Amino acid sequence: MSDQLVLEAKSVSKFFGTITALENVNLQLNKGEVLGVVGDNGAGKSTLMKVLSGLYKPSEGSLFFDKEKVTLSSPRDSQNLGLEMVYQDLALAGNLPIGDNIFLGREPTRKVGPFNFLDHKKRKQLTEEHLAKLKINVKSADQKVEELSGGQRQAVAIARATAFNAKIVLMDEPTAALAVKEVGKVLDLILNLKKLGVSVIVISHRMDDIFTVCDRVMALFQGTNFAESELKNTSRDEVIGWIMGKKD
Amino acid sequence: MDKNQESLFVRLIPFFERYGILLLILIMIAVLHLLQPDVFLSWRNVTNIFKQVSWQSMLALGVFMVIVTAGIDLSVGSIIMLSLMGLAIASKAGMPWYVVMLVAPAIGFLCGMFNGIGITLLRMPHPFIMTLGTLYIFRGIGNLISGGVPITGFAEQIRVIGNGKIKLDAFFGEGAREYIPTSLILMIVIFFIFWVFLNHTRIGKWIYAIGGNPGAARAAGINVDRILIIVYTLCGFLAGIGGLILAGRTNSAYPNAGLQSELDAIAAVIIGGASFFGGRGTVLGVFAGVMIMGILRNGLNLMNVSVFWQQVLIGSIIILAVYIDVLRRQLATRT
Repeated sequence: MSDQLVLEAKSVSKFFGTITALENVNLQLNKGEVLGVVGDNGAGKSTLMKVLSGLYKPSEGSLFFDKEKVTLSSPRDSQNLGLEMVYQDLALAGNLPIGDNIFLGREPTRKVGPFNFLDHKKRKQLTEEHLAKLKINVKSADQKVEELSGGQRQAVAIARATAFNAKIVLMDEPTAALAVKEVGKVLDLILNLKKLGVSVIVISHRMDDIFTVCDRVMALFQGTNFAESELKNTSRDEVIGWIMGKKD
Repeated sequence: MDKNQESLFVRLIPFFERYGILLLILIMIAVLHLLQPDVFLSWRNVTNIFKQVSWQSMLALGVFMVIVTAGIDLSVGSIIMLSLMGLAIASKAGMPWYVVMLVAPAIGFLCGMFNGIGITLLRMPHPFIMTLGTLYIFRGIGNLISGGVPITGFAEQIRVIGNGKIKLDAFFGEGAREYIPTSLILMIVIFFIFWVFLNHTRIGKWIYAIGGNPGAARAAGINVDRILIIVYTLCGFLAGIGGLILAGRTNSAYPNAGLQSELDAIAAVIIGGASFFGGRGTVLGVFAGVMIMGILRNGLNLMNVSVFWQQVLIGSIIILAVYIDVLRRQLATRT
C-alpha cells in the first residue's frame, strides 16, 4: 500500500500566536483512496486542509507529494502538484454558465493575429466531455450556475476541481448544505473520482457520508491524531466516540 | 392563470429578456413618428439624436463595465469636464492638433487609473466614496487650470470628431443634404470593440465573474485588484473620449460641461437592463438604454414639453424599467 503514497504530512504543527491549532499531526493518503477526516469543531480539520493546500504554512513538520518533500507558499503551488480544494462556500459565480465556472481563470483561448480570444466552442466541448466523464447530469453546459440545485452546484464545484487532471481532491463538508435527496449524487460522484484513480480527502460530520465513500477514517481531537482505522475494522459508534474524545 | 397560457408566457421570457428593450425603442419611435410625422424621422432629427447621445454613450459604456463589477463611478461627469479643459488648454497653448487630440483620452485614462488605485490599493470601503471624492476633485482641478471660465475655438481636426459629416452624395446625388455624423461611426466602432472585449476575452469574462462572486474569482487565481484597476481606467479613458467628442460638438470647454451626466450614464445603464448588484448586463443593452434616453429627450423637446416634465418622465422610466425586471425575475423563479 505505502508504495502508492501520493500525499503525506509528517508531524505537522500549526501555531497561531499562543494557540496550538495542530500538534504533531501525521496523515497519509494513497492513490485512489478516499480518506475521511472527522473531529469536533475546533479539532483542527480545516486547519489541516489549509496546510495541505498551501493556504497556511505549517509552523513545524513537512509535506511530501509523491514522496518528495515540498514547501508550499500558496494554493497555486499545490494546484501545480495536482492538489485541488473544493471550498465549503463553493466559490462559484452564479451569474456565469457551468462551463465558464469550470474553466474560470484557465479559459481555453485561440489566437487571432496578436490577440487571444476565448474559444467558446472548445470550452463547451471540454465541459461536456468532463461532465460526461464524471457522470454529472445537467440540462446544458450553458446553464447558469444560479439556476442549479445545491447538489448540482456541488457537482460543478467538484468538476471544476478535477478539470485539470487533479490527483488529489480535498473536500470540506461536501454534503453539509444539501437536501437529503441530493447527498447521494454527490457521494456517487466521490466514488466516481475514486474509480478514476483520484485520491480524495473528505471532511464530514455525517457518519453516513464517511461510511458510504471512505476506505479509511482518521479522527483529530484537540489538534492531535486521536485514532485511525480502515473503515472495515471500525463502526459508527466507535467513530462517534472518537469525535467526542473517547477510546476503549 | 391557464396553464397553457402561462407556459407560453414563460417561454416568451427569454425572448423579451433579450429583445424586449429593442421592442420598447421601436414602440417609442412609432409613437413619436405618429405624433410628429414630418419631423421626428427626418434625416436631420435622427442624426441630431445620434450626435447628442454619442458623448453620453461613452460615459454610459464606461459606467456599465464598472457596474458589472458591482462597483460605481460617480466621477465620469467630472472626468469629461477635466479632460475637456485639458484639451482646451493644450489647444490654446498652440500644440499641434494631434497632440491636442490625445490630451483628453490621456487625462481620462489617468483619472480612471487614480480611481482604480484608490479603490483597490487604498482599500476604500466602497467605490461610491472614492469616486464621490474624485467627482469634486476632478471638477475642482478643471476649474483651477482654466480659471473657471470657458475656452472656445479648436482646430478643425478636433471639431470633425464631434461635428463632422460624412457626405452621402454617392447615394443621394451631388449636393445632397443627407449625411452620417462622424461621431456616430466613432460610437459604433467603440461599442463594437468593447462588445468583443467583454464577451470574447478572458479579462472580459473575469469582469463578469468578479461581479458575480469576487470570492470565486479570487479562488480561481484571478487578480481581482488588477482587473478592477483596468476597469476603472477604461471607464475614465472612455469619459476622456467623451470629452473629445464634446469638444468637437460644442467647439468650447466650459465649467459646467458634463455636470450630472454621471447620473444620466447610470440611468442609461440601468434602463438597459444591467443589474446594480453586478454580473449582469450587455453592451447592446447599454446602447439601447442610451438611445431610449436620447429619443425620449428629443421627442419631448420636439413636442415642446417642459424640461421639468422631462425630468419627471426619465425618473419614472428608471423606476419602471427596474420594476419590470423585478417582476420578470419573480416569474422566472416561480417556474
